[in-house]
Amino acid sequence: MPQILVEELSKTYRIAERDPGAMGAVKGLFHRRWRTVEALSGVSFQLERGELVGLIGPNGAGKSTTIKILSGILEPTSGRCEVDGLVPWRQRVRHVARIGVVFGQRSQLWWDLPVIDGFDLLRDIYRVPPAAYASMRDELVALLRLERLLNQPVRQLSLGQRMRCEIAAALLHQPALIFLDEPTIGLDATSKLAVREFVGRLNREHGVTVILTTHDMHDIEALAERVIVIGGGRILADGPFETLRAGALAERRLFVDFDGEAPALDWPEVRVVARNGRQLELAFDPARTPAPALIARIVAAHPVDDIHVEEPLIEEVIARFYEQHGANEA
Amino acid sequence: MSALTPYLTVFTGRLEVTLQYRAAAFAGFITQCWFGVIRILIFAAFYAGGAHNAPMTLANAITYTWLGQAFLAFLPWNADPDVTEMVRSGAIAYERVRPVDTYAWWYMRALAWSVARVLPRAALMVAFASVLLPLVGLGEWGLPPPPTLAAAGLFALSAVGMVLLSAAITLIINVLMTAMLTDRGPNTLVAPIVNLFSGAIVPLAFFPDAVRPWLRAQPIAGLVDIPFSIYFGGLSGWAAAGAIALQFGWTAVLILIGRAWLERSLRRLVVQGG
Repeated sequence: MPQILVEELSKTYRIAERDPGAMGAVKGLFHRRWRTVEALSGVSFQLERGELVGLIGPNGAGKSTTIKILSGILEPTSGRCEVDGLVPWRQRVRHVARIGVVFGQRSQLWWDLPVIDGFDLLRDIYRVPPAAYASMRDELVALLRLERLLNQPVRQLSLGQRMRCEIAAALLHQPALIFLDEPTIGLDATSKLAVREFVGRLNREHGVTVILTTHDMHDIEALAERVIVIGGGRILADGPFETLRAGALAERRLFVDFDGEAPALDWPEVRVVARNGRQLELAFDPARTPAPALIARIVAAHPVDDIHVEEPLIEEVIARFYEQHGANEA
Repeated sequence: MSALTPYLTVFTGRLEVTLQYRAAAFAGFITQCWFGVIRILIFAAFYAGGAHNAPMTLANAITYTWLGQAFLAFLPWNADPDVTEMVRSGAIAYERVRPVDTYAWWYMRALAWSVARVLPRAALMVAFASVLLPLVGLGEWGLPPPPTLAAAGLFALSAVGMVLLSAAITLIINVLMTAMLTDRGPNTLVAPIVNLFSGAIVPLAFFPDAVRPWLRAQPIAGLVDIPFSIYFGGLSGWAAAGAIALQFGWTAVLILIGRAWLERSLRRLVVQGG
């Protein structure tokens, strides 16, 4: 039986609207116009224990709404959802005792208290037995390198330091399932790497199920074997990232440094993407034109200094995918 | 670890953090002394003008005034500022992923917040009005102890009722704030109602006969008028017991209403963005 079961989940919000300007404000006092916004319309997926899934999509796609329903914060308008056999919003207290949540844009630690006091509070809130708490805390402190931060008040931490503490805070009660909502937002390169490495280990070594939302596609590339793309409140794709890449943007890039001025190269199987002096950046479809054949043809026709093939940047793939599916926010 | 651990933890945590604000407590004490003196001078002028059938003596009015100043921070004028900040910033999402009953959790927060603000102010006020004023020969203008042991005991019970009622009303304001996503409306609406109907501005005994029984029966009377009248003996015996029962009864009703309403409003709450 899957750990998470989501069927035909929908959520609509009612938003009050008014005409612009002072007249609009006055009119709004007497007559209110409501517009219904569908944040989710018919989302279904299943997750097995121990999976690490990336949930991606443009702003306003419904990622956070999905996470908030799964974590018991929001009640959906219709549809079914069970996590470990519990309905999150109906059996909220029992459900949330077993999950860990990190909202990258908010803080769960007490601002004025030293980090360690915040951890102790969470121990009491989750009623973690003292011995289990101490061993888990020490492990997290070592893995996330928190030794020197423990006695500092949260308000004095940098964003990267705080995020490491937030992640530790979400795991003190040893949840089997964690939701990470944009955990790397605003972090520098080193902190991002540290967070990614830690999340990967948590999943591989401890078998913790992870649902990750992010706008940083490198998080996805580094961590997630399975990607669920949400756009306009629907699931647009669900599968390994490679499948997504093949469907959205099959082309690869060939960078050729010529010995002398770059030629015009007006061939049907390639497209010139950019020309930098002696270098050409070419796009080609490996399914129709295998790279070795193309390279052989170029080398035979022109003197070449250097040549290499690259896959398009993951950002480009995703942007193209959103575009193809009309997923971008209005 | 008992089932109560999380709630006791939030209580002591908030208490400790709030008790740190010593300057605020001292400033509050000074302000409350000032207003206490002004109000006593007004009462003195009123009684000097020949108030033959006034419902309480000047000495009792003075007692009532000092008690009001000492316990001023129990008057629920605002939504809990921490909870307001959470709703504004969206951190309330974290409140909902805690394995606790949100109402009980916020109730303990509110309780700790009011107790921590009252304790230092009340201690200073008692030192001033019950010790310092008599020492300098102004005893008749000070705060005497309750006249009998029975009054003291009943007052202690009623003071507990006052504290519990105050937190229950704070939670009602929290719910309003959560539904409206701002604390400004509820705060402006509730503060004058609390001031007038609790007897904090004018003791309820001074209101006309036609409305007085109704005023004494409504829930907010339990914040000021009931406990303070018990203190100086204005309410005693069965009347006092009945008033205390009313106080606790209203508290229970407000807790039940507040809890049902909070769950409803939180399920509808839209935590935007992020």
